Amino acid sequence: MTLAFSQSARQRFDEIVARYPNRQAALLPVLHLAQQEFDHISPEVMQFVAEQLGVPPVKVQHVATFYTMYNKKPVGRFHVQVCTNIACHLTGGPEIFAHLKKKLGVANKGTTADDLFTLEEVECLAACGYSPAIQITDKKDRETPIFFRENLDSLPKVDALIDELRAKAKGGA
Amino acid sequence: MATIVVDGRPYEADPARNLLDVCLSHKLDLPYFCWHPAMGSVGACRQCAVKQFKDENDTRGRLVMACMTPAADGARFSIADPEAKAFRASVIEWLMLNHPHDCPVCDEGSECHLQDMTVMTGHNERRFRFPKRSYVNQDLGPFVNHEMNRCIQCYRCVRFYRDYAGGADLDVFGVHDGLYFGRAGDGTLESEYAGNLVEVCPTGVFTDKTLKRHYARKWDLQTAPSICVHCSLGCNVIPGERAGELRRIRNRYNREINGHFLCDRGRYGYEFVNDERRVRRALAPHGPDRSADPLDPNEAIARVAPLLAGRVVGIGSPRASLEANFALQTLVGPDRFFQGISTRDKRLVDTALALLREGPSRAPTLHEVERADAVLVLGEDAPNTAPRLALALRQTAGVVPRQAVAGIPRWHDNAVRELIQDAKTPIYLATPVATRIDDLARRGQHAPPEEIARLGFAVAHALNADAPPVGGLAPEVAALAEEIAGVLRAAERPVVVTGTSCGSEAVLRAAAQVAWACGAGLCCVLPECNSMGLALLGGGSLDDAARALSDGDTLIVLENDLYERTTAADALLARAGHVVVVDHLAHATGARAHTLLPAGTFAESDGTLVNNEGRAQRFFQVFAPSGHSIRESWRWLRDVMNAAGRAEAAGWHALDDVIAALAAARPDLAGVRDAAPSAAWRFAGNKVARLPHRATGRTALHADRSVHEPRAVPDPDAPFNFSMEGAGVELPLPAALVPRFWSPGWNSEQALHRFQEEVEGPLRGGTPGVRLVAPGAGPIPWWRDPPGPFRRREGEWRVVPLHHVFGSDPLSMLSPGVAQRAPAPYVALAPADALGAAVVVTGEGFAATLPVRVLPELTPGTAGLPVGLVGPLPAVVEVKPA
Ligand code: SF4
Ligand code: SF4
Ligand code: FES
Repeated sequence: MTLAFSQSARQRFDEIVARYPNRQAALLPVLHLAQQEFDHISPEVMQFVAEQLGVPPVKVQHVATFYTMYNKKPVGRFHVQVCTNIACHLTGGPEIFAHLKKKLGVANKGTTADDLFTLEEVECLAACGYSPAIQITDKKDRETPIFFRENLDSLPKVDALIDELRAKAKGGA
Repeated sequence: MATIVVDGRPYEADPARNLLDVCLSHKLDLPYFCWHPAMGSVGACRQCAVKQFKDENDTRGRLVMACMTPAADGARFSIADPEAKAFRASVIEWLMLNHPHDCPVCDEGSECHLQDMTVMTGHNERRFRFPKRSYVNQDLGPFVNHEMNRCIQCYRCVRFYRDYAGGADLDVFGVHDGLYFGRAGDGTLESEYAGNLVEVCPTGVFTDKTLKRHYARKWDLQTAPSICVHCSLGCNVIPGERAGELRRIRNRYNREINGHFLCDRGRYGYEFVNDERRVRRALAPHGPDRSADPLDPNEAIARVAPLLAGRVVGIGSPRASLEANFALQTLVGPDRFFQGISTRDKRLVDTALALLREGPSRAPTLHEVERADAVLVLGEDAPNTAPRLALALRQTAGVVPRQAVAGIPRWHDNAVRELIQDAKTPIYLATPVATRIDDLARRGQHAPPEEIARLGFAVAHALNADAPPVGGLAPEVAALAEEIAGVLRAAERPVVVTGTSCGSEAVLRAAAQVAWACGAGLCCVLPECNSMGLALLGGGSLDDAARALSDGDTLIVLENDLYERTTAADALLARAGHVVVVDHLAHATGARAHTLLPAGTFAESDGTLVNNEGRAQRFFQVFAPSGHSIRESWRWLRDVMNAAGRAEAAGWHALDDVIAALAAARPDLAGVRDAAPSAAWRFAGNKVARLPHRATGRTALHADRSVHEPRAVPDPDAPFNFSMEGAGVELPLPAALVPRFWSPGWNSEQALHRFQEEVEGPLRGGTPGVRLVAPGAGPIPWWRDPPGPFRRREGEWRVVPLHHVFGSDPLSMLSPGVAQRAPAPYVALAPADALGAAVVVTGEGFAATLPVRVLPELTPGTAGLPVGLVGPLPAVVEVKPA
């Protein structure tokens, strides 16, 4: 399979590259672009990005595997990341994570059969003040891709959030 | 000089250095992992923590990393502080959490820096009771083994491979406890310096794959100081032997040459010593099938000695020691001694030697090249012909930008690299084809040798009007010459790198002219490990030998396969009445011998090699081959002379006698004597032990033959014993006699600092080796005759010799891993000349059908042929469609 950017992505790519003194410096934003364009950063996508930027393929792999927010495997429409680091740990993060595992019927990093949810336990989300924190990415809504729910401190609220997302998906939004 | 206080005691310190460096220079024990003497500090491992105090009244202090802390005047530290000790103990405990308990089956065991540091910190009980993380390893090719579970995340491997050596196929992947150091997938590590990972990695992740096939622990390896025989640079090495087999090569630090690193040709080229094609017994092949019964050594000598009554012609070798060549020269007389190289090669090497001797420019050491602030490379494909030089040039690239960094110490490696980004020392490259260091060049040119020479002469003229001008230059070449001249003129420590590999005397002359015109160092790469020594010794070429040989004469060929050197080998050998070949390998010339005498390789003999800077360096015998009649080439020749009743060699009992005879015959080479201490050297009455004092099995190893402990073979030639008796390396040995790096508590090669005057300084007692070549003091011998431009001739292709780090050196090609990495024979052509996928190449007795490699940078009308892979190269060929 040979990959290619869509016309709009190609335009974005050119804009991004133009911002930096050398092409290697554009690696992070180009990987984000590639993730939007190709769903996730597969080995083929890394190779493609390396060719586009003229950097060694291992360099791309080095960067892409370092940052957890580049998905190396396909994820569902809603990527649900639950923090269980210290602050969230103290305020119920692990319980929420355990609950979600049961509710969605998946293990850590698993995706539901309907491809709607991928659940992941993560380290600090830099939202300790709102702990326990969940971060959800909606692939179909890139304009507002990330949102936090403040004080998700009870399991019913978590359930409500998931139901809301399900409804959103069903409603075709 | 500053004074710092460590644990209440004052120490002298260079404030430009970091505290770890200073502590190790003062031989204080302080554990560390990520710092490397050649690569500086990154503060990644936290193992070198010490307490720093504000002043003498500060009793609390604070923890700092020694490798990240300047040794500023008056600074006060403590290594022994309980809090610092506890911190270091917890660091190693964390690092060991996931580390497998597999020392007994780990190849690194016995020389593992992680073992040493674990013992040093006192971490001796594992509290971690959970499953360890584990990884899938990669197949990294024939040289380096991969065992990722042992990794302690110090980052040294990527810092060496990627940052220091410019490799593009090894990196670090993942985060936190899932870090992975390797390639994107299985596959051979591409860099010709990959083998250094074996020494750079402080634990057993990267180990020597060739050693694995015949493994022995460091404490069981018999070693002696030696010199690499695979190119002209003369890197210092430590070969290790056990049970009659050479097991591996390790780096032997020589600050002026190889420093901490070797190339993979040098590290892995050793397997010819164990090869089945070795000649191990004297033979007298006869009959059509050249079958032969082994001769007793005395029979062999008795067979050759009477021949000395007649006319004898001798052919020496640039891969044999000075002493062996001198012995042959003595046997046949200087008029009938020939160098065993083609007329073209001889002219090139003689030109290089003359330029170094007659002109005012000195040959820089690699250490000096690494410090140059402007470089012009003329004609030499260093990564393939002198790999360690190319690695030095990669460091040169950082010199000027690093000089400009203010306010950050030089050892602060990451910070300095971030600051200088892509800035580079001005380096200009002009070579016939692209090289693997083209990325270092500010600008350059790929052109035929004449054009490279013309560029050089033009630069010289631009620098100094006494140098002749070059007519008819293209405007862009003239502009490039002006630019290069401007840069060299402004430089304080310019260096010109050139060599014999593109086969052009004009290029050598042009390079020398540039060096003379701006007072630069002249680094000149030569074809083989003793090309310089042989040129100093003198003697004609193979063509001269053919002219001197009358039908029926005896011909003695020393450590040389003439078929590699000339297409006229058959004719030459056929005219000799009796061919005596003294060599360690069976080859085409040996197959034509009437008498074959088994010589010792570099590992089984002692001698002197002269490297490309003119430095005479001694290599010492590593082991005594047993059970066959192998002896040093010079001993065979001595025995033959003595048996023939000749007087010259009567007093040659040991190597020192040969060297004394050489010094007497050739006062200009008398410096050879001082290349290393003589066999009479003793430490408190003792020679140096070749075996470590922990060596095992000295009786058991021979138990199949005798249950008695064998007597050690006496060694009249060197101040070493073939046993564990004698002076050990913990004593202050002269630098040329250090057989391995080891010190109590420092079992790995990191023990080096105990042998240096200071970290990165010379070895205690100075750099081994003696310069035999000095620049001339007379007026500059300008060459007034720059060549005309390259002109393509109809139906004619000028041959450009192309070199391969793996492939162009015949000895290393006997290592299976090296052979595996060598290219198949080919011819390289410019796109316009590529007449098909394969072409017929003919000329000067050369004829082959070869696959075509299209090289866009090659000039039409030139044809690249790989050295060492297609036989002796013609100068001009014709190329036709196959
Ligand atoms: S592989 Fe070796 S050198 Fe590389 S990080 Fe791990 S321990 Fe350090
Ligand atoms: S650079 Fe030359 S002398 Fe040094 S290790 Fe490599 S082949 Fe040997
Ligand atoms: S050696 Fe100082 S932090 Fe690693």
